Amino acid sequence: MAKTVRRSSNRSGKRSKMQEAHDSFVFARYFFMVAIVAFIVLLTGFIITLGPLDISVADAYRALLSRAYPSSFQVDPLTERVVWNIRFPRIVGGILAGFGLGVCGCVMQAVLKNPLASPFTLGISSGAQFGIAVAAVLGISVFGGPYLLIGNAFLFALLCSAFIIGLASVKGATSETLILAGIAVNYFFSSMSQLFRYFADDEQLRLMVSWGMGDLAAFSWSKITILFGVFAVCIPLLMLKAWDLNIMTSGDETAKSIGVNAEGVRVYILLISSLVVATVVCFTGTIAFIGLVAPHMARMILGGDHRFLIPASGILGASVLIAADGIAMNLIAPTVIPTGIMTSVIGVPFFMYLMLKGRRKEFWT
Amino acid sequence: MMIQLQAKGIVFGYNSSPILKDVSFEIGPSRLVTIVGPNGSGKSTLIKCIDRILAPEKGSVLIDRKEVTKMDRMEIAKNLSYVPQSSARTFSSNVFDTVLMGRRPHIGWLSSSDDEERVWEVLRLLGIEELAMSGFAELSGGQQQKVLIARALVQETKVMLLDEPTSNLDIWHQLDVMNIVSDLVKKRRMTVLMALHDLNLASKYSDGIIMMKRGRIMAAGDPASVLTPENIEAIYNVEVAVRSQSEEPFIVPIKQIRQNGSSPSPRGRFFSGGKRRSRLPRSLAEIKEIRLS
Repeated sequence: MAKTVRRSSNRSGKRSKMQEAHDSFVFARYFFMVAIVAFIVLLTGFIITLGPLDISVADAYRALLSRAYPSSFQVDPLTERVVWNIRFPRIVGGILAGFGLGVCGCVMQAVLKNPLASPFTLGISSGAQFGIAVAAVLGISVFGGPYLLIGNAFLFALLCSAFIIGLASVKGATSETLILAGIAVNYFFSSMSQLFRYFADDEQLRLMVSWGMGDLAAFSWSKITILFGVFAVCIPLLMLKAWDLNIMTSGDETAKSIGVNAEGVRVYILLISSLVVATVVCFTGTIAFIGLVAPHMARMILGGDHRFLIPASGILGASVLIAADGIAMNLIAPTVIPTGIMTSVIGVPFFMYLMLKGRRKEFWT
Repeated sequence: MMIQLQAKGIVFGYNSSPILKDVSFEIGPSRLVTIVGPNGSGKSTLIKCIDRILAPEKGSVLIDRKEVTKMDRMEIAKNLSYVPQSSARTFSSNVFDTVLMGRRPHIGWLSSSDDEERVWEVLRLLGIEELAMSGFAELSGGQQQKVLIARALVQETKVMLLDEPTSNLDIWHQLDVMNIVSDLVKKRRMTVLMALHDLNLASKYSDGIIMMKRGRIMAAGDPASVLTPENIEAIYNVEVAVRSQSEEPFIVPIKQIRQNGSSPSPRGRFFSGGKRRSRLPRSLAEIKEIRLS
């Protein structure tokens, strides 16, 4: 029967109204992905122009292309140095950090079946914050030199994740248990950080507070290379499980009946996404809002298919983060507002708008 | 005789309290078999043990004489599909994407146009093509149930398990869902095993009925032989009259029978007629070898 239907539809070449509606929905998904990438490219050019040294949009792109094609694109050396050494690394770092947080928020929400799951609510960020406190106040760290703080943040972020993942592997642990455990871990490490803050001197306090606010200033090309290396391995591994994540939103029982080993996928996703998050937060500090909100934005626009949703959450996270950072740097220049504050300030109203617009009922219940 | 689905000595319990106690049966191809029994009798647990959503402590399940315990999850999903009782979801997606999930055991990362065409075909078969782009969460209970059946159907398995598919539906949609399932058995030659509460629906549509109580099969056979007043009284503690309605037994409840040792129901005085202790008829003293083929 299946074959006859297929043949008849192919022979006549006619597609039903609903099939056409579906085709245009799929086209719209691809179009949105391309459009948002184009938006990031434009936004990058625009943000490069912002700052004490006046650079035009054309000069910004010319400077970016000058390294690849020195004969065709030329700008004055100062502009080139400012673009390549100061402004562009910050934007690339922002794009990578936003992408990583968006992707991890998306997959964590899917495996924990909870719209409130994010790298922040699972306690990973506060673990990293505590790592900073330990390094700043006690000077205890596995790594030395420039990686003293970063290394400690990374280790403590992984420690938190290991606790949550360990709990996920226990038989009978539900996603609610994991969320509650994440919140408990979050509070525990927050209070421990507070304790350290209480005893810290001025310099130590400054270090801890500035890290806690989240900032993209620390990005250099060497750090970007590390981040890129981790992403190049981890993001494809997360994308591989897109189908399983689609199915897991229907619950573990259904997932198992369709052939997905729900518990195994949950541990796999948490393991890889925590590695990504730990790498991001140790460089940027706490940027809380992106991982929570970017997946919801993507879900409201694109629907529930994680083959689109994972990259779209990343790209949306990246664009929100660099837009917020662009504003943070220039709103009351020369004072730079920490990026983490600005992401919430511009992210929340946009999120509220999308929620109230009414698509919520369809894609997120 | 061909056997499509066979359960042998299934034992299951939560924290040492036994739910299923040595359950065995055989079902032939292209049969619609329902499992009936009071709340907590182990109907849903049995269905989940067969699909290995729950891992039984003992016993085995065979499909076409192949051992399910030796299959990995994907292979089980190619042989057995399951329609859950609850349709609750954290994140909704549209109907097309929801049904496409059922193709997972057959596809890699990309779905082909062939997979999508199979989804359209099943949506047309169940008369829900028009809903393809609607959000799953926006649908009524009856529509959601059809979408879940469609998802199980695109798995293209020989055996489908359903867990109380009619429990939240009005009478029109109950018949609608049962007619769909019955058609699948007749036209697609599928074997269906479903847990069901409504004895009259079970009577109207089933080729065979398995009656359970406290984790054991107490009666099994064709509807007329299982749905007798004695059996129903013994299993449910309810006095009923059974009439023959175009050869299918039709059950009319009369009154509750208070069980010895159990706390009387709050409305007990209105149903105080029965003080007899429910006893199993001799023919019902737990059946182990059951063939519904």
